[in-house]
Amino acid sequence: MSDPLLRVSDLRTYFHDAGTIARAVDGVSFDVARGETVAVVGESGSGKSVTALSILRLIRNPGRIEPSSSILFEGREMLGLGETEMRGIRGNRIAMIFQEPMSALNPVLTVGEQIAEVVRVHTDASRHDAWERAVEMLALTGMSDPRERATAYPHQLSGGMRQRVMIAMALVLRPALLIADEPTTALDVTIQAQILELLEKLQEQLGMAVLLITHDLGVVAEVADRVVVMYGGEVVERATVAELFAAPQHPYTEGLMNAMPRLDQKTERLTTIPGIVPPSTSWPNGCRFRDRCSYAWEKCKMEHPPLYVIAGNHESRCHLAIEPDRRESSHEPIAARVQVHA
Amino acid sequence: MAAESIGGRPQWTRHVVRHAGIAGGVLLVIVLVALLAPLISPYDPIAQPDIIGLKNAAPSLIHPFGTDSFSRDVLSRCIYGARVSLSVAALATTIAVTLGTLYGAIAGYAGGLVDAAMMRFVDAALAIPRVLLLIAILALWNGLPLWLLIVVLGATGWFGLSRMVRAQVLSLRELDFIAAARAVGASGPRILIRHILPNVVPTIIVAATLGIGHVIILEAGLSYLGLGVQPPSASWGSIIQDGADQVGSAWWISLFPGLLIVTTAIACNTLGDALHAAFDPRSTTGAMAELDS
Repeated sequence: MSDPLLRVSDLRTYFHDAGTIARAVDGVSFDVARGETVAVVGESGSGKSVTALSILRLIRNPGRIEPSSSILFEGREMLGLGETEMRGIRGNRIAMIFQEPMSALNPVLTVGEQIAEVVRVHTDASRHDAWERAVEMLALTGMSDPRERATAYPHQLSGGMRQRVMIAMALVLRPALLIADEPTTALDVTIQAQILELLEKLQEQLGMAVLLITHDLGVVAEVADRVVVMYGGEVVERATVAELFAAPQHPYTEGLMNAMPRLDQKTERLTTIPGIVPPSTSWPNGCRFRDRCSYAWEKCKMEHPPLYVIAGNHESRCHLAIEPDRRESSHEPIAARVQVHA
Repeated sequence: MAAESIGGRPQWTRHVVRHAGIAGGVLLVIVLVALLAPLISPYDPIAQPDIIGLKNAAPSLIHPFGTDSFSRDVLSRCIYGARVSLSVAALATTIAVTLGTLYGAIAGYAGGLVDAAMMRFVDAALAIPRVLLLIAILALWNGLPLWLLIVVLGATGWFGLSRMVRAQVLSLRELDFIAAARAVGASGPRILIRHILPNVVPTIIVAATLGIGHVIILEAGLSYLGLGVQPPSASWGSIIQDGADQVGSAWWISLFPGLLIVTTAIACNTLGDALHAAFDPRSTTGAMAELDS
């Protein structure tokens, strides 16, 4: 394989506060190739958004990316770059769209101005040229009447249109990588599908890679090429979409799949994963998922599992990979018992 | 608030908004009078036509506001005095708003130790009553030039505003759209000027309007004490001072400029409150109390 567009290796982002250390991202590695879509999946608190912000180096105090980490983008080590060089990359080579299209747009500037500003920050385009590019980009996102819409303020637009504006803002300079942090979570289901379709279409047109942060496996199945499942600040499973859905290896991935409503099975209630993600200030020893896992045994308490290679590019951070027989003896997870007593 | 509300706004808000038009009209008239002073003024404000025969003449058709102890026409002096009072207030407020906005914005955006240090200074400054501070500073000069009075009034009037701006910037900088601006590569100063400050403009406008009324009163008080505008130029406050020792016999000298000060200050405050209510539907007038310091 040729050099990937983005290579994140052993990324550790810790938040130091009053003597405690929150290890929000704790040794995450993955690659994104040019033009491909990689989904990062996990529930709240698994570290996926911090991973995204770390790539853009937008972590604020007291957060810190530990020196052992490495983020190679287009062959350059991003963690060694100065703030000015980083600013040249943000919005230009790597762009980001946020979950909440309302709060991610400035209420006192017209949407056209906000898109044009990206152009003006990174190029020496004139005010007029920047505006023209903003209008063009809005048209590309399928906005009807883009010239008129560009003069609207965010509150005058619907949620779906605002997300289109966010996308226009992110893509106006044709970045090589788009980081989309839950881009459809705040939208109606019908709009969700439109926005995903639009993202796919633009990805093809502009030839960019997409790093999609989501907790929605439905979205993953629809648009991603490869999937990185995160839990407890770590990668717990890595696979292509087809492999992941055909044969999930990690019990956490399995749990996420079971928690999805399905059309081909009649279920009264959705299955849930008992318990919550433990606080990042005190990850458990051994496997971080063990209290919520229905296969956990002594080894999971003693030994922190490495990423076992299952086959080819499929990896799983679970001891089941070398002791598959244990799958036969499932039991009620500890977290479920605690819940009953509480 | 117990008052019944229509359209989601409490009774007093509509009351305030209704009076905003009147207040704005009053201010407009006063500003026009000040601008057109040479055309409107019936007499030369410093001419002393008949220092014996016309001394302390009561209001009449020829001298509607009467004359003072130097036989000068009080109406003309009030008209010219409006120029001094209003320009001192406007310029001093401009200085105060600029300083307060910059100081508060920098403290709020920098955060951390810088913010803490900058705000402790403001706390200390706010602990000293402004009038005492002004008297202490102005007493150092004998025959104070007007521009210096303006600078001193401006330089002592920004503490309250800087705190409000700082508080707003502090909450604004945590919002998603600021994170989004950083994510597109905008620099710190650019984010502050282009993304944060426009969101603070309503606060600044309200503060400026209220501040002008406040400075007019303050300047009048200082001029009354002889520390403000120096003769022969006259402000409303110094005209009151001219008549102060004869209020019993020649009340008109002090009364008319006094009424002008009250009217202008009330108009400024009403307009400020109305603008505040218009910008922030949830607010109460109490929220702006901090600006008076």
